[in-house]
Amino acid sequence: MDGNSIHNISMIIVFAPLVGAIIAGFFGKKLGPRMSHQVTIFLMTIAFVLAMYLAKLVFMDGQTYNGTIYTWGVSGSFQFNVGFLIDRLSTMMMLCVTFVSLAVHVYSIGYMHGDPGYQRFFAYISLFTFAMLMLVSANNFFQLFFGWEGVGLVSYLLIGFWFRRDNANFGSLKAFLVNRVGDFGFILGISAILNYFGSVDYQAVFDQVPQFAASNPTLSIIPGLHWSVITVICILLFIGAMGKSAQMPLHVWLPESMEGPTPISALIHAATMVTAGVFMVSRMSPLFELSQNALSLVLIIGSAGALFTGLIAIVQTDIKRVVAYSTLSQLGYMMAGLGASAFSAGLFHLFTHACFKALLFLGAGSVIIGMHHEQDMRKMGNLRKYMPITYVCFLIGALALSAIPPFAGYYSKDAIIEAVHASTIPGATIAYWCVLLGAFVTALYTFRAFFWTFHTQERMSDKVRAHLKESPWVVWAPLVALAIPSIFLGMILVGPMLYGKPPLLGDAIYVAPQYNVLAEMAKEYHGPWSMAFHSVMTLPFWLAVSGVFVAWLAYCGMPSLPEMFASRLRWAHATLTYKFGFDDFNQFFFVRGCRRIAGWCYRVGDQMIVDGFFVNGSGRVVQWVSRVSRHLQSGYLYHYAFAMILGLVVFLSWLVLG
Amino acid sequence: MLFHVPILSLLIWIPILGGFGALLAGRDDNAHRARIVAVVTSLICMALCVPLYLNFDSNTFAMQFVENVPWITEYNIRYYLGVDGISMPMVILTTFTSMIVVLAALRAIKTNVSQYMAAFLVMQGLMIGVFAALDSVLFYVFWEGMLIPMYLCIGVWGGPNRTYASIKFFLYTFLGSVLMLVALLYLHNLSGSFAILDYYPLKLNITQQVLIFFAFFMAFAVKIPMWPVHTWLPDAHTEAPAGGSVVLAALMLKMGVYGFLRFSMPITPDASQALDWLMIGLSLFAIVYIGLVAIGQTDMKRLIAYSSIAHMGFATLGCYMVYKIVETTGNMQDAYMSLEGSMVQMISHAFSTGALFFGIGVLYDRMHTRMIKDYGGVANKMPMFAAFTMLFAMANVGLPGTSGFVGEFMILLSSFRASFWITFFAATTLILSAAYTLWMFKRVFFGEVANDNVAKLKEIEGTEILVLSILAFTVLFLGVYPEPLLQVLHASVGHLLTISHQTKLV
Repeated sequence: MDGNSIHNISMIIVFAPLVGAIIAGFFGKKLGPRMSHQVTIFLMTIAFVLAMYLAKLVFMDGQTYNGTIYTWGVSGSFQFNVGFLIDRLSTMMMLCVTFVSLAVHVYSIGYMHGDPGYQRFFAYISLFTFAMLMLVSANNFFQLFFGWEGVGLVSYLLIGFWFRRDNANFGSLKAFLVNRVGDFGFILGISAILNYFGSVDYQAVFDQVPQFAASNPTLSIIPGLHWSVITVICILLFIGAMGKSAQMPLHVWLPESMEGPTPISALIHAATMVTAGVFMVSRMSPLFELSQNALSLVLIIGSAGALFTGLIAIVQTDIKRVVAYSTLSQLGYMMAGLGASAFSAGLFHLFTHACFKALLFLGAGSVIIGMHHEQDMRKMGNLRKYMPITYVCFLIGALALSAIPPFAGYYSKDAIIEAVHASTIPGATIAYWCVLLGAFVTALYTFRAFFWTFHTQERMSDKVRAHLKESPWVVWAPLVALAIPSIFLGMILVGPMLYGKPPLLGDAIYVAPQYNVLAEMAKEYHGPWSMAFHSVMTLPFWLAVSGVFVAWLAYCGMPSLPEMFASRLRWAHATLTYKFGFDDFNQFFFVRGCRRIAGWCYRVGDQMIVDGFFVNGSGRVVQWVSRVSRHLQSGYLYHYAFAMILGLVVFLSWLVLG
Repeated sequence: MLFHVPILSLLIWIPILGGFGALLAGRDDNAHRARIVAVVTSLICMALCVPLYLNFDSNTFAMQFVENVPWITEYNIRYYLGVDGISMPMVILTTFTSMIVVLAALRAIKTNVSQYMAAFLVMQGLMIGVFAALDSVLFYVFWEGMLIPMYLCIGVWGGPNRTYASIKFFLYTFLGSVLMLVALLYLHNLSGSFAILDYYPLKLNITQQVLIFFAFFMAFAVKIPMWPVHTWLPDAHTEAPAGGSVVLAALMLKMGVYGFLRFSMPITPDASQALDWLMIGLSLFAIVYIGLVAIGQTDMKRLIAYSSIAHMGFATLGCYMVYKIVETTGNMQDAYMSLEGSMVQMISHAFSTGALFFGIGVLYDRMHTRMIKDYGGVANKMPMFAAFTMLFAMANVGLPGTSGFVGEFMILLSSFRASFWITFFAATTLILSAAYTLWMFKRVFFGEVANDNVAKLKEIEGTEILVLSILAFTVLFLGVYPEPLLQVLHASVGHLLTISHQTKLV
């Protein structure tokens, strides 16, 4: 096998979903719903199967590929290409994306059944998969940005999929704008990279990193202050990642994105798109490793998000919102892992999270179908009786999310907590406490939702109860497909991914020797089972278990507890229900403030000063002059004669007297 | 090379003759004759653009397809035409846009058809004249001449406030260009020639250059328009018929930037360099301030008009940033991307904004209102139209894969060489353009059907689909593969950069 065949295989993987999107998008009406989903799913299957084959080539045969598809544009000394970098990291991502996407495609047959926009929906999710694959397979920043914005566009379209609903439209606009704030930083970062490295190709940039590290140039953004170029670049790129991966304070769009159909929440807003930021930071590990300040920032923002957004999840009553806030929290964990230089651990969590979070979302979706599109947990209860398969799958997802060994989430999350613990960069201590407490919080909100939905007494109306039944197989089959890796993926991957020699991701990730926390942890590692048994001696395990226990106590054991907490700790409850005030602050400060400034600029700047004073003002001056001077041309002979005589007198007297 | 076929002359005079031909078709009972004449004329012109592009030699900066014959011998005024890599794309763009306008008018215009077609065809010829003229008097004749059909177009087919708007348009642009005439005559006195290329090697001291620069500035800044001489544009756009808005946005605004590239930068390089802070400042002000103003608009056409101004801010930024870039790095190669980005920005803006104006025209035809609040839920009734408009809105937002991205991306990326803060302020467009465009889109297209008028809306059909499809194809093609356009620019942009950096001080 030569590089050429990897190139061709990647081409098919990436472009097959695009073909599907075009067919379903343009000819969906003619093909009808059935044909549309068959075509898109067929093409997705091809992509997934080939992605597996690609994984075989890359991981078993150790091949990599870095090549150009075509030259997008040349200008001066700069060249922009569209091309693939197929290495261990991008292959892993492609496998993950195609797998979850395929599951979601199948699931959507059931979930979107009978929706008037059925074909449009399949076109969108295929288009999304294409953009996401472009993003992860890029070998340069330009294509990365293309995919980055592409997934943002489809996310916007899908959140607003039911465009008759005002909430959906609000949510989609908010998502797009907040993401654009991140992109603002991102494009500044790309500009800086082009400026200092003279290229946007990853390889060209990374090749220059050693020289750069040696000379460590500075730039002065504010006169008098000199900042390290690398730090500035990394922070700008990280702002981009904060937007896409919903890190505080740019996290506000993600809960709103739950207005979209549930399969989308699973695919885009849990498994793939929101992890693009994590992927990007990992891809840039050679840059981030040079800047301790940037790593510190990533660590602190990530871990703070992990704890605080998790807290908000405790008071949500909408089942999807709980899962959404938990996504925010888990994204925080991933970022914290990256900040601690445990890039492999962060990515490991990305992959396990993709499986169990998609599982939880799809499980929640299955519940929502059963409940006739009711998402409020206050109107559910005891659903295990009616939906046994969903119940078991959701339980597996919840156990994985709560990091109970030996489920997948345990291995990845525990690795992150340990890595943050071992890290020595500034801020690591606070970060450690955040991620540690986060473990308790995660288990608490997850099992709160679990018990409240599937146990406790039935609170739904009789009408809904009469129709409650297990969802059709197209819905539960993807759940089962996702449940399997949610159990096993952790123990399979933990060894090769974190402690392998060489690690699974190979040289796609660079870790500086002084930050290599995983190497420290490797000394303690003796295989997945021993790690799982050993966990009973560790703090995170007991925190997670106590989280589950508290949830059980509050919702099954003593149902009066939540009420009591809410009334006793009213301030805390209010803080959480108001989500720490981020939304209100943004609404007041940015949205209303911006509209007010806009109105002011238009009324005062444009209408009053420019138009009113200068433009129409000059018109009025001309009118006034003509009104006055008009009197000179009265048409009466004696006026003119008088003026002539007057002139003559003045002229003569000037001659005589002067 | 097809030197023996005077392609440029044909491109100028065929539409003008076709225009008069359409006029001869007479009143509206013979409207179909006028329509046929117009369509045939514009298709012929479009066909002529094929040899223009194919025979264009992109390896040289020299003028091509040159025609140079005496016109008024007493004053040494010549009929001197030619195109280089900067004007050739503009000529094609003009022909293309005019074809779109004619096609769009087939359905939209029902009264005074022959006159309407005539106005646009004549305007097309004159505008190509502007881009092709290499004699400054010829240039000036075309430059002023094209105001007349546009003035008529707004004044006759315009909205309720058309008189105010058309007079404002005419006076503004006319007053600006009078100073340019003075500058051209002055340059003639110095050089003894009216040929624009003869002005390039003239030695001028800094006072002369600054005065000439400002004379040109008045003409071109009004056309673009730059803040604070921009207020004619929203008025003209809102009152103009859809076709008029398309031509205004797609072509007339570009003439200002073209003027800067053809006159100001090469003729007054030292003044341009000394005053680049002013141009960069005004451009950034346009991007940020006008972007904010656009958010607050309640009239769709006015909103897009403001967004045009903000986008043109990018074009002027790309032009004048080159001085800062070369100053910082000392390498001319680094400045290419900025200037080429500005060319691409102009061309892509023509497609995306032109399409948006056309789309508003489609809605206006059906609803007779431009106010955002009168709409809501249009996507329910016109899903295909909504999809098209979404694409153009995204091009307006500068989404990668659409043409709108290319220029902005190139300019933003090169701006970092000039200064971090230029990139910073210019990049705010990422947020602002998304805010005004998508907020408008949401209010017009999304939601439940807002009222009975929206409920009666009919989906687009026939030529409307054709026009939107052509535009959509162009927007996507340029976004995915801009290289065919960039390739044409390199040699001329390089030459322009060189002469804009050669000092002319004695």
